[in-house]
Amino acid sequence: MSSAQSHLYGLTAEFDSAEQLLHAARTVFDKGFRRIDAFTPYPIEELPEIIGRQHSAVPLIMLIGGIIGAVTAYGMQWYAMGYYYPLNIGGRPLNSWPLFIPITFELTVLFSALSGIAGFLILCRLPRLHHPLFSVPGFERVSTDKFVLWIEAVDPCFDERNVRRLFYELQAKAVTEVHGK
Amino acid sequence: MLESEIESSSAPHLLVSPGETLESVSGKISGIVLGRKHPAFWWVSFGVAFVLLLGLLYGIITLFAIGVGIWGINIPVAWGFAIVNFVWWIGIGHAGTFISAILLLLLQKWRNSINRLAEAMTLFAVACAGMFPLLHLGRPWTFFWILPYPNTMGLWPQFRSPLVWDVFAVFTYFTVSLLFWYTGLIPDLATMRDRARTWFSKIGFGIMSLGWRGSAVHWKHFQTVYLILAGLSTPLVLSVHSVVSTDFAVANIPGWHTTIFPPFFVAGAIYSGFAMVLNIMIPLRYVYGLESVITQRHLNCMAGVMLATGLMVGYGYIMETFTGWYSGDIFEQYLVINRAIGPYGWTYWLLLTVNIVIPQLLWIRRIRTNPVSLFFVALSVNIGMWLERFVIIIVSLHRDFLTSSWGIFAPTGWDWLILFGSVGLFGSLVFLFVRFLPMIPMSEIKEIIAERKKEAA
Repeated sequence: MSSAQSHLYGLTAEFDSAEQLLHAARTVFDKGFRRIDAFTPYPIEELPEIIGRQHSAVPLIMLIGGIIGAVTAYGMQWYAMGYYYPLNIGGRPLNSWPLFIPITFELTVLFSALSGIAGFLILCRLPRLHHPLFSVPGFERVSTDKFVLWIEAVDPCFDERNVRRLFYELQAKAVTEVHGK
Repeated sequence: MLESEIESSSAPHLLVSPGETLESVSGKISGIVLGRKHPAFWWVSFGVAFVLLLGLLYGIITLFAIGVGIWGINIPVAWGFAIVNFVWWIGIGHAGTFISAILLLLLQKWRNSINRLAEAMTLFAVACAGMFPLLHLGRPWTFFWILPYPNTMGLWPQFRSPLVWDVFAVFTYFTVSLLFWYTGLIPDLATMRDRARTWFSKIGFGIMSLGWRGSAVHWKHFQTVYLILAGLSTPLVLSVHSVVSTDFAVANIPGWHTTIFPPFFVAGAIYSGFAMVLNIMIPLRYVYGLESVITQRHLNCMAGVMLATGLMVGYGYIMETFTGWYSGDIFEQYLVINRAIGPYGWTYWLLLTVNIVIPQLLWIRRIRTNPVSLFFVALSVNIGMWLERFVIIIVSLHRDFLTSSWGIFAPTGWDWLILFGSVGLFGSLVFLFVRFLPMIPMSEIKEIIAERKKEAA
């Protein structure tokens, strides 16, 4: 075996139900493991908190995107209508702000949405079409009805034998080694 | 199922049949796409839609070759079917985002099994809508003049004009709807990837699902972005038809120049959107055996929204007439009379019949919960909302202020070809969607099943 192939990336444990997974995740977290993740067919509300990952930077990214959109839109309209190509129509103010609101609103939403999606993908490290986890037998059932818990080998508490025993104690149906990164 | 139960409760067992499990839902919904055989219904419907689509292409090529003179438009009725169809389609395109965004924020669980199809329908309707202003331009190859870009003419678009707002509103709406729809699809695309058996579908769904693994961290970001997009789409969906309505309301044409237009247009948009969702969903539900996830409760809820928005539209008609009279302006008052008994009077009475009178049948529970009768009421509303735009645009324009500029608009065969052709474009897209993508959000149905299991425990 080459060294890149034999390099242990982590261990997965497969569970049949969300309750078992939640219990296992809680136990593992309490034991001090931090480089953990769980894979489920549908979002489970309490899970991110249990594994200590309840914060998402997406709202902040979207707020910044929205502000950039608003400033861009208003600035563009002010520049074009008030400065670059001023049209005097019956002496009405050139900076006619109420009429600039619709486009400012639309571009605020557009920029915010685009930055939100970009932020979501970057934070998830997607797109990434292949991942070592996909080689775990039965991992394709996660998107249907299986629940998988995962501990990375780089976790300071990680010891292969102990983790394996812990997983079986927690009623894991199958424990699989994942190699390579 | 008791009828009183359908009315009162949003309990999970009414939204998904008790027999469904995580596996059965995935199998049933992904099987529609991954299964080898497709029902004869699909081939026939897609075939009809595709023939109409070819008609549209023929119409558009002729239009570009000869010009807008092939239509019935002239002065004073320079805004003909193209604008009627534009407003009609963009209105239909409102239900998807309404269902996905507003009902999500209101925690209406019944939206979960219908949102995907409704969102797809929104995209296709907005695509149909977006085509018409371009066709209407006369010189469509100069369409980009309305966009702000550095150009050798040294010109900017007039940002104070609602027509320019419209471009921004429709473009933003389409883009945000597309992002919202695609984001919601990602977990389901991963399910499809994992269940696919052929090389082609594995690769296709594999690329489209972006490598989604269902990690708790991914779900967290996913749900956050989805919720905020819903929050952003809520004012957006209300803004789009409001902006469209200002195309009319800002002009001083009698019949257009009213302040009620923005809310009146939005209510009508949601009305026609729900009607179109029902018109598509009822046959698909029957053909693909989806009664266990699109239940009577869903139909009943949609009928309820239709009834409510229909009454708002009815209020709009009353207010239009009232403000016409109350304005004290002889042109406005004349328009009210002309609308009812002028040369196009019959369209107004037909409009009131199919858009206001017939939908009152929805007060009757048996009609709301019967798919067949509901289908026909929804069809009537779709026709009605098209007629409404016809009445607003054609009838208001055909009598200008001076009698010397009165005229009559009569649609030509090309007008009708392009109208029905756009229905063909819409239908083709809907049937391709049903064939190649999961039309019901599996992960959201699974959430409902999990919730039910929790409650039972």
